[in-house]
Amino acid sequence: MIALTASVLIGSITILVLSIFLGFELISKVPPTLHTPLMSGANAISGVTIVGALMAANSQLAGFGPSVAALLGCLAVMLATINCVGGFMVTGRMLEMFKRKKES
Amino acid sequence: MGIQHLADLGYLVSAALFIFGLRYLGSPRTAPRGNQLGALGMLLAVLITVARMHGGEGGIVGWPLIGVGLVVGAGVGGVMAKRVEMTGMPEMVALFNGFGGAASALVALSELIKSDAASREAMGELGARVFLIAAGASSIIGWVTLTGSVIAMLKLNGTLRGIVAFKGINAAKAGLLVLGLLLSWALLNQPDSVLAILGLLLVSCGLGVLFVIPIGGADMPVVISFLNSMSGMAAATTGFVVNNNALIIGGSLVGAAGLILTMIMCKAMNRSFVDVMFKLYGVATDSAPGEKRTVRGYEAEEAALTFDGARNVIIVPGYGMAVSQAQFVVRELGEELERRGAQVKYAIHPVAGRMPGHMNVLLAEANVPYELLVELDDVNLSFPECDVALVVGANDTINPAAKSDPSGPLGGMPILDVEKARTVIIVKRSLAPGYAGVDNDLFYRPSTMMLFGDGKAKLTELLAAVKDL
Repeated sequence: MIALTASVLIGSITILVLSIFLGFELISKVPPTLHTPLMSGANAISGVTIVGALMAANSQLAGFGPSVAALLGCLAVMLATINCVGGFMVTGRMLEMFKRKKES
Repeated sequence: MGIQHLADLGYLVSAALFIFGLRYLGSPRTAPRGNQLGALGMLLAVLITVARMHGGEGGIVGWPLIGVGLVVGAGVGGVMAKRVEMTGMPEMVALFNGFGGAASALVALSELIKSDAASREAMGELGARVFLIAAGASSIIGWVTLTGSVIAMLKLNGTLRGIVAFKGINAAKAGLLVLGLLLSWALLNQPDSVLAILGLLLVSCGLGVLFVIPIGGADMPVVISFLNSMSGMAAATTGFVVNNNALIIGGSLVGAAGLILTMIMCKAMNRSFVDVMFKLYGVATDSAPGEKRTVRGYEAEEAALTFDGARNVIIVPGYGMAVSQAQFVVRELGEELERRGAQVKYAIHPVAGRMPGHMNVLLAEANVPYELLVELDDVNLSFPECDVALVVGANDTINPAAKSDPSGPLGGMPILDVEKARTVIIVKRSLAPGYAGVDNDLFYRPSTMMLFGDGKAKLTELLAAVKDL
């Protein structure tokens, strides 16, 4: 592991702040009709924590502490995957209903 | 350029896909593509992570755990998404919010347990400090999101009824929050303290419960939006725990999106966020019992007569439509009225139902064209010309008390001006007041016909009666 430098940290904070502004800009004009799918789609995106979960789960069951950490990581992968797979699928299902109507 | 840098560039592509995904979710035409782009970005992020771990130091040693997590998670998530009824969507979204928050908190917890003096030494002084602060923040936000969402879900599916509150609950919340912050501080000085780690978990879980439990059904759209935002914030803080920009970007996008929705919902009720979260209802009620008024219940056949020759009909759905799954018969009735020459619109109050856009999803499920769904400000212009307003299980969103009693619980909330319609038909289970606990004067007016009963059953009768006209 490489030690975190101040400039890298400032870079990450910059990314954080700009993403928040971008989020506000992206969402503020969404019509109310789409609020529910937007919310469940956004929720699925918050499942990006699966990236951290995969890293946390990537260890062997050896010794008490590391085993606990690995099992918690496994649980995190599970929950994050439910969030992603379930979230995108259910959003797709809802949007399908909005679309179907338009054609008929 | 090593594998690490390549991976970081790949994560940037993922983040861009999330941004395009959210952008496209903003319009009905492009929304399905937006959802697909988001899912593609997620798949890419997962593949990059696996590839990076494979090529990185030590390779992948945790295949069994990773595999179990992915397979079980995908299976459970897929089945849940396929099985859920559209009426159960608020519970489902609440639960998924909770899972997202919990996953982030679990990552922080796992990394905390894994870390030791040597690994923190390698992070550098600044790195170790950022790691610990982020892990503390991620734990608090993540666990609050989990327990808050579970309570919200239990309230939405009716397991937890009414408003559970006690005097001093706000003090208890503040106390737990301070305790949580103190424990995070302790963690900074004693990173290996099991007491601090477990204490943080318990305190945060308790805080999540107290935070949602006093909030009533009609405020659920605000709570769910806020929990949505928190699941994003949890992911963003976890990004600082594991030093990953994909988490920081994805998480803060969702955090911001949820906050916007929260503000939209608050505005629709003319209440501040602080008011929704901390003002207690049902603990100290000062409303004097007014005189008992009687109201006549009408039969479906009588109500059907008002549709004879009606030119403008506005249907006003509320939570009652969701409860009784009446959206399909509502659409049938709407189509029957159109066949008889009426112009039919649907009036959608932003907080009707239990989550943002709840009514829109149900009516979409029933194949009501979304062009017919009209928002508050626009539809209010049409009520004076409306012959019949048919209210299905709505109450607070049509209560004239919002205007006539500005200091009451509903005071100042923008409402649908149903009272201006020539005739108002209200399908409702009983005279019981809505969540706000305010009697609805509209029920007693001579121009109002009350149809008491289950929404779906009553509308089916009404539809039959209209067909017989």
